[in-house]
Amino acid sequence: MLITCPYCGPRDLSEFTYQGDGNRTRPAPASQDLDAWNAYVYDRLNPAGDHNEIWQHSGGCRSHLRVVRNTLTHEISSVGFVRGDAHARKPGARK
Amino acid sequence: MASRNTVERLSPLEPVYQPGLHGQSEHGAGVTLCEAKQGSILQLTAWPGEEKRMIAAIRSVARLAVPDGAGGGIVKNGKAAFGIAPGKFTVTAEEEGLAEAFAASLKPAIGTVTDLSHGRTIIRISGEKAEWVLAKLFAIDFSLPAFPIGAGRSTVHHDIFAQIQRTDNDSFDIHVFRSFARAFWKLLCHSSEEVGYEVQ
Repeated sequence: MLITCPYCGPRDLSEFTYQGDGNRTRPAPASQDLDAWNAYVYDRLNPAGDHNEIWQHSGGCRSHLRVVRNTLTHEISSVGFVRGDAHARKPGARK
Repeated sequence: MASRNTVERLSPLEPVYQPGLHGQSEHGAGVTLCEAKQGSILQLTAWPGEEKRMIAAIRSVARLAVPDGAGGGIVKNGKAAFGIAPGKFTVTAEEEGLAEAFAASLKPAIGTVTDLSHGRTIIRISGEKAEWVLAKLFAIDFSLPAFPIGAGRSTVHHDIFAQIQRTDNDSFDIHVFRSFARAFWKLLCHSSEEVGYEVQ
């Protein structure tokens, strides 16, 4: 599987580290909303299809990347930097 | 060229550094290997949005016109600079003291200077088989159109992180962590045996 890093270009999967589901939003540190914390820690969409994910190009420029990967085919339809993208979530993404 | 305030720097390659011809070199060496001893090895990091001012600072302090763009770089007059990540640059010079020069003139609002002179080892591979040998170790395109002179690439050989700059048509500088340098040197020598290599 190749991931096209926005800085480095197409690179082998072995250069990247998976950093988890990209749909989660961490509650505010002082939040006492247990349902929100429970959802943040445990709930996953687990879709059969396109999935928002966070990856790090740990064996390259070390940027954190927002990747949309198809869980059935491993096709990657978009890659972008997490930085600058944090406040522009895709419609339909979970809170 | 040790200044009087610094201790003499010892090469981590010294116990395994054996000048001469090695491997299948009866028809000449396919690659030449050496350690490129630079007095200053720096990493410069620009705060988000300050990348162009950092490039301007590199131009004014190191006299290197780094092209703006991913992995862009330049080699000139014993100095080199190249992009390694968004807003991050590696800058090297033969003389010591470049970190102090940047620290004195780079405004904190633009970014940071990290002196890696004692933390990195630069291994130089050159020769007509250099691309071929490196392609065995790294999964990136080393052809000249994809990797032009001066440009830099951040990549990895298993756990050995490497920043590679093309310094000429058939010459590359590989920056590795000093603690990995001897292991990587031995690997590079072993990988070069089948084309023959000369250690200078």
